[in-house]
Parts: sequence; structure tokens; C-alpha cells
Amino acid sequence: MKQTRDSIKDIWGERTPYYGNWPVRVDAKVDVEPERWVQSACVLCSNGCGMDIGVKDGRIVGVRGRATDPVNHGRLGPKGLHGWMANNSRDRLTQPMIRKGDELVAVSWDEAMNFIVQKSKDLIKEHTALSIGFYTSGQLFLEEYYTLGVIGKAGLGTPHMDGNTRLCTATAAAALKESFGSDGQPGSYTDLDYAATILHCGHNIASQQTVLWMRILDRLAGPNPPKLIVIDPRDTFTAQKATVHLAPRIGTNMAVMNGLLNLIIQANAINEAYINAHTIGFEELKHTVSTYTPEKVEAISGVPAGKLQEAADILCKTDTLVSTVLQGFYQSMQATAASVQVNNIHLIRGLIGRDGCGIYQMNGQPTAQNTRETGADGDLPGFRNWGNEEHIKELAQLWNVEPAVIPHWSPPTHAMQIWRYAETGSLKMLWISATNPAVSLPQLERIRKILDQKNLFKVVQDAFMTETAQYADVILPAAIWGEKTGTYTNVDRTVHISHKAVEPPGEARADLDIFLDYAQRMDFQDKDGAPLIKWRTPEEAFEAWKKCASGRPCDYTGLSYAKLSLHDGIQWPCNEQHPEGTKHLYKEGIFNTGITYCETYGHDLDTGAANTQDQYKLFDPKGKAILKGTDYQPPHEQPDEEYPFMLTTGRLVYHFHTRTKTGRSKELNDAAPDAFVQMSEADASKNGFSEGDMVEIISRWGKAIQPVKIGGVLPGELFIPFHYGYWDDPDRVRAANELTITEWDPISKQPHFKHTAVKVRKYEQGILDKAATLIKDVKDSFNS
Amino acid sequence: MHIGNYIDMVHRGQQDLAQAFIKVSEHHGHEPDIKSTCILLAGWSRQLMEKIKPFAEKYGEEKNKEPDKLMRDLFEGPRKGSMALLRDLQDLWLLAREAQVASIILEQAAFGLRDKELITVCNDINGFSKRQISWLLTRMKAIATQTLIAAE
Ligand code: SF4
Repeated sequence: MKQTRDSIKDIWGERTPYYGNWPVRVDAKVDVEPERWVQSACVLCSNGCGMDIGVKDGRIVGVRGRATDPVNHGRLGPKGLHGWMANNSRDRLTQPMIRKGDELVAVSWDEAMNFIVQKSKDLIKEHTALSIGFYTSGQLFLEEYYTLGVIGKAGLGTPHMDGNTRLCTATAAAALKESFGSDGQPGSYTDLDYAATILHCGHNIASQQTVLWMRILDRLAGPNPPKLIVIDPRDTFTAQKATVHLAPRIGTNMAVMNGLLNLIIQANAINEAYINAHTIGFEELKHTVSTYTPEKVEAISGVPAGKLQEAADILCKTDTLVSTVLQGFYQSMQATAASVQVNNIHLIRGLIGRDGCGIYQMNGQPTAQNTRETGADGDLPGFRNWGNEEHIKELAQLWNVEPAVIPHWSPPTHAMQIWRYAETGSLKMLWISATNPAVSLPQLERIRKILDQKNLFKVVQDAFMTETAQYADVILPAAIWGEKTGTYTNVDRTVHISHKAVEPPGEARADLDIFLDYAQRMDFQDKDGAPLIKWRTPEEAFEAWKKCASGRPCDYTGLSYAKLSLHDGIQWPCNEQHPEGTKHLYKEGIFNTGITYCETYGHDLDTGAANTQDQYKLFDPKGKAILKGTDYQPPHEQPDEEYPFMLTTGRLVYHFHTRTKTGRSKELNDAAPDAFVQMSEADASKNGFSEGDMVEIISRWGKAIQPVKIGGVLPGELFIPFHYGYWDDPDRVRAANELTITEWDPISKQPHFKHTAVKVRKYEQGILDKAATLIKDVKDSFNS
Repeated sequence: MHIGNYIDMVHRGQQDLAQAFIKVSEHHGHEPDIKSTCILLAGWSRQLMEKIKPFAEKYGEEKNKEPDKLMRDLFEGPRKGSMALLRDLQDLWLLAREAQVASIILEQAAFGLRDKELITVCNDINGFSKRQISWLLTRMKAIATQTLIAAE
């Protein structure tokens, strides 16, 4: 076995210190020497590192980073280096199945698809297409999402289509839309090569995007290292490197952000010329944040006034700034409102649209950006505005259907509401692709009950028998990365192509082929009676998408399969004007807020009430960015006498989502084999818990049993990683989401995974469990 | 002078609204966003009630003897389910409109009296009412199609 480095032991590898031009370091891991290398990119986080897939005898045998790729300059992290092993897993689903009685029985593709089509037609006849919904992923490819989007919106005409991206990146989109008029990350990863200051908001980048963190570590080791401000209640790997670490109490981000803005404004460190020329709403924002003195912020958040001042001083003086935001903000109280304040810092200081100045409202999943672009989630294709009749007409013309066919009477239904419709029975068919809601949604007991409902017809399209697939009426085995061709876009708008390297196992099929097959069998037609979907291959789907995206912010018209295969990643918009792609959006300070162009008319930051087009007319920003603020609101569920701890959930460096893939790599699994609950030393000693003790964590919504891990969190707070479910350990109730509350942000509708009040007590059989784990550990160490 | 009558009406408008929002939040606890937003909006109405109080002392509040017709007719008995939710939101919308118009009328008197503080309070009430109404409308529109066509 050959590997250039041991990424399990040394996650980020050796330093290559720099300023300006990030040196190349090629990371690779192969089992045997490949016969050929196939161009691709990693799909295990939103970084989208360029990689080649090594193939021998029709099997994937390894990967290596692409030295010339602008995203990673050859590097790969532990998930990228090891995750591919899931492709070769013996657990892959290889045949369609239908539930007959209590059994899932293998059937032919014809039988499975005809069954789904018959069911769809019956439901439409009896209950309209409002009875059908889709719950997809951040894992499919652009071509697949776009096809699914057209099927849902113009074929069936159902508004019920969303992705699990709702759980991870909905707030990224929402925050960008509220400030800049449309989705689209303003900056480029190259900003990190020059930035004097980096601000991480609720983003444990060291664990989440290890390769991006390597870039920062290399800057920290080089000349002119950047100052690092980290806002995170936990003492993460990222926080340990911070110049200033602000650790607010869970759910109080808004107060901290208002405090920072207030200090910047008080110090008169604002860029007045920029504010006047390129923004609206400054006076209101100033008024809103004016009462957030460092003392008030300390009282609310526990962040010492002096520390807040220190962070503000850095932000006041810096002439370049890269900010990143993720789940610590997105899955917490006032998610969109707090994330918008990060945009506001850049806008009032004029730090946007040039080298060294970037905002990354981060995505969690590798292809989440594409779900949003193509409208396979709660958005319309090409960042179009559901409230703008002209945008609907454009789509109708493109697809050659009547505008009325496209559901646009209200925003597309968000995932949490789709599940609610399923719970109350008005949604009768749910098609779940490449995701695992039975582990990843909040309050799992409720989700299992919904999945268990007899009158809900469940189609599960996946590569593995997930916890969700167990409930399916029909299972469709899907090909995954490496087994199909397509494109995807990472968080800095870099588009990569990933070529098919090997055949999928058994009868598994590409998701695109499954959707196309459904469209054909359903006989979806345009208004002239021709087939609605006019493409058969990924490349044709990509060409169709280019037409849809033309003239919109995410313009792909300058890209092609040939170009992407010749180059490494290219950043959209890429068109005639920008044939090589675009590093920065909003260079001239002109934003996508014009009334005819914008993706949204905006929302009330407290209630989520949507502005109408008429309301927007009254303040049409005509290309200026929108500064929006609001007051802090405490989390709805506060610790009390009965439930004295605040539970937060999050990720581990070695795993992705619910471990469907990463749990099948021996190295990754051995590195992080099980869940745990992290607790402060003070709380552990107060309660008499020692490291490894089994405890029961109980919330108002459910319970879980975990071994204790001491340290790294604030007193009064607990942390459980969210990756672990039941497919490889059905015996212990251990999924973090057994405990989490069903509640969401009013604008982005992203669930609040970050704060649930819980209590903890010793688990009765603790000693036995501990002994069992010990025995297993000992056994494992003998076997390895 | 009948201003006391309208001060009472504005006061009661917010009181009723606060109560009604709480009632709806309790009826529809299974709709998580309805619950949390209604509690938030009830809080706004309670704050506005406090703001109008000093003017009741200043101008005298003329307690209206008429029973609260709207409140009585709305929210009859506990109602559950998606159709009930739609109806409850519509009732809230009526109450919020009623409360808003009362504040607009009171503001006219405040202009005549050159009472800057009262003008500000009326303005605040109007602003918050607009936001309450806007949320109710957004939420009703989002569920109306499903409720009227697909719900059992
Ligand atoms: S940083 Fe993300 S994209 Fe890059 S190798 Fe790691 S998991 Fe894959």
C-alpha cells in the first residue's frame, strides 16, 4: 500500500509556508499501482479538491490530488484520501427491490420503475401532484439535479422538492440573498493567499475542510501571517490557532455580531464612500446595533468585553478580510440574521470584490451549490425569483410549457414542511435520493414514525442500505462518484468535471439515468406534445443547463465538458465576457439586487415574512447591497432545572454526513469508530463522571447513550457528533438527533441542531458496556 | 374629547392580539414555526401595550363597555389540524388589521394634539402591525394550496 503521507495521524500534513502563491504538494494514496488515472474532484466536503481516480482491472484502487488544481494545489485530506473505498464495499446495493409484505424483494428495473410510475399516476389522479414530494441531497451531480428540477417543476408540477442541503447550507443561500440579492459566493479561495485577517464564524474549518485549513496553516507558518478571529463556543482545532477566540454561549451569535458592528461603527472605521455609493440601510443598521456595548454583549453571550474589543480592533484596522460562516451560525438561533451581519462587516468596511477580501457563506456538502443553482431544492433554477412573473415566463419558454404549470404561488416547500405534510398525510409519496433522513433530521423518533406510515409511499434511491432505506417501499440502487460522469461546483464557485472511472456494481444505475427513465415512463411532455426532457446523456444535460443559466449570476455558458476536461476547476460566471471564469463577484460594487434581476425580494429578519414585489419597489436598491440588522433573541429552549445542559451537535474530521461512505473505509472508521458526549471538566467532576463512563442524555424529544469525553466545551454545554446511526451498531441508541429539537430559522428554514436543553445521568449498565468496548478495542488491536 | 375611547381600543387591540397569538401557538404546537413565531409576535404586542399605558393616564382611558366582538367570534373552541390552522391564522390577521387601524386613527388625534410621544407610539404600533400582518399573509399563502386541495 502506497501513500504519500499518513493523513489519519497527521491530518494536515507537513507545512509549506507561503505568502501569495501556495506551493504544490501532491497527496496520494493507492492500494496498487493504477493502470490509468481519471480526472475528478473529491465529493466529501464542499471544498471540492481536484483529484484523479486511479483505476486497475476495472476497480478504483486509489486517488491523488491534482497539482494544477486551483482549489487544493495537489493536497487531499483524510476523507479525500480514504473515502473512495466505499465504492468497493461489499455492502453496495446492486439490485432494485420492492417491499412485498414485510420483505424487500429483488426485482427488475422494469418492475420497480413501473411500480413507481403507476403509483405516481394513481396519486396524481386522486390527489393531484401536491401529494408527491422529493427529498434529495448535496451528493448528486449538477446534471442530475437539473433534470430532477425540471421533472418536479414542469413535469409533475409539484412545489414539494428540497434537499438535505436544507440542513447544511440553506442559510448560506439565504444570507447571500438578503444582502446581495442572489446566491453566489463573492470571493475566491485565492483571497486566503493575501488576507491580513481571517474571521471564522461557527466554522470549525480545521475539521470540516481540512485542505482549506492547510492553506491557512501554511499562511500562518509563512511571512506576514494573517490574524485569526474564531467565533465558536467550543475549543476546536480551529479555535486553538486563533489570535482571538470568542466563545459565546450557544445561541447568542447575534449579540456578538451586533457588538462587533457597533464597535467598528463607534471607532469610525467604516468606509463611508463605499457605504454611500454601494449600500442601502446603513442608518437603520447603525441604530439597531448602537445599544450593543461590549458590556451588554458580555452579559448576553459570556464573551468578555475586552476580547470583543480585541477582535473589533483587528477588524477595524485590517485592509483585507476573509470571512467564513458555517453551522455554528447556520444551525443556531437567528441563523440568517447573524450570518447577514458577517456580510455587513465587509460592506461597511468596503472589504469585498477584490483580492484578499472574500466572504464564504460556506456550504457543508460537496454539490450543495448545484442543488441551489438548478432548483432541486427550495429555489428556482438559475437563481430565479418565484415572485417574479417574468422569471417564471423565462423558465416556461425554455421548457416549452405554460407558465401556470410551474408552481410559483408561494416559495417552493422547504424540507421541514415537506416532512410535516407527510406527517399529516397530505403528502403521500416521498422520493428520497442519496440522503439519510433517519439519522440526519432532528427528533428521530418523529422521523421514524413518519417513515413508518403505511399511507406514505417511499422510494429510496441510494448506494447503501441506509437506516432510511430500511423503510422503503421501493429501493433503487444508485451509482456513485467514480461510476458516472458529471459536474459539480464547490463553495468558491469552482466547477469541476468528474469522469466515469469504473462501472457501477451489479445493476446499479446513475441517478441521472433513473430520473430520465422515470420522465420517459411518466411521458412528461412539453406543450407541443414533444418529450419534456430532451436530453439523454450527462453532457446533453449540461448543455441544457447552460441555456437555463445563461444571463443569470451563475452563468455557465462559457464552460463545456471539453473545456473542463482540458483544464482544472473554473469559477462561474464563465461566459463570453469572462471565458476564463471569474475570481470575484461584485468587483464594481454592483450587486444583484435590481428588482428585475434579484432572486428574492427579501424577508423580515425576525419573522421570515416575505416582501412582495410591490413592497420591494418602495426601496428598490437598484444594484446596491442591502444592510439589514435586528436585535438579539434568546434561544427558545433554555436550560432549566430539569434540563440543565445545552446540547450542541457537530462533525468530526474523519467522517462525512451519516458515515454511509466514510464508515466503510477501515482507516477512517478506526480513527473515529463511535459517538461520544463531550463535557467540561467542571461538569464531569460535579456529576462524578470519568472519561469513558456510559451516560444517558435525555431531552424533551428523545434520549441517547454515549461514553463521556472530558474537556473542550464550556461548562453547562455538551457536544455529540452527528455522524453515528445504526447500520453498524443497532444495539445502542446513539444518534445525536434522537435528542434534537424540531425548530428552524424563519428565513432559511434550516433546523436548529445547535441548541437543545438536556439532562445527563449515569447509564445503569455503564460498567458492562465499558468492559465490552475495552474487550473490543483489545481484540481490534490484536487484529490490526 | 373621545380620545380615551381610542386609547382603550388601541390598548385592548394589542392585549387581544397578544392573547390570540399565544392561543394559536398553543393550539398548533405541532407546527414548530407557528409556535415560535406566534410567541415572538405576542411579545411584540405586549411591549406595545406597555407603551400605550402612559397615555391612558395622560388622557384618561374610556373603557368600552361593548364586549370584545371580534375576540369572541374568533377562535371558538379548540381547533386542530391544517384547515384549523389556516382559519386561526386568518382570524389573527383580522385582529391584527383591527389593531392596526385603531392605531392609525389614534395617530390622527395625536397629530391634532401635537403629542410627539403619542405619534411615535402610534407609528411603532403601525410598524409592528405591518410586520405581523405580513408574516400572517406569508404563512397563510404558503399552506393554503396544500390545505385546500390535498389535505384530507
Ligand atoms: S478537504 Fe474536502 S474536498 Fe478536499 S479532500 Fe478533504 S473532504 Fe475532500
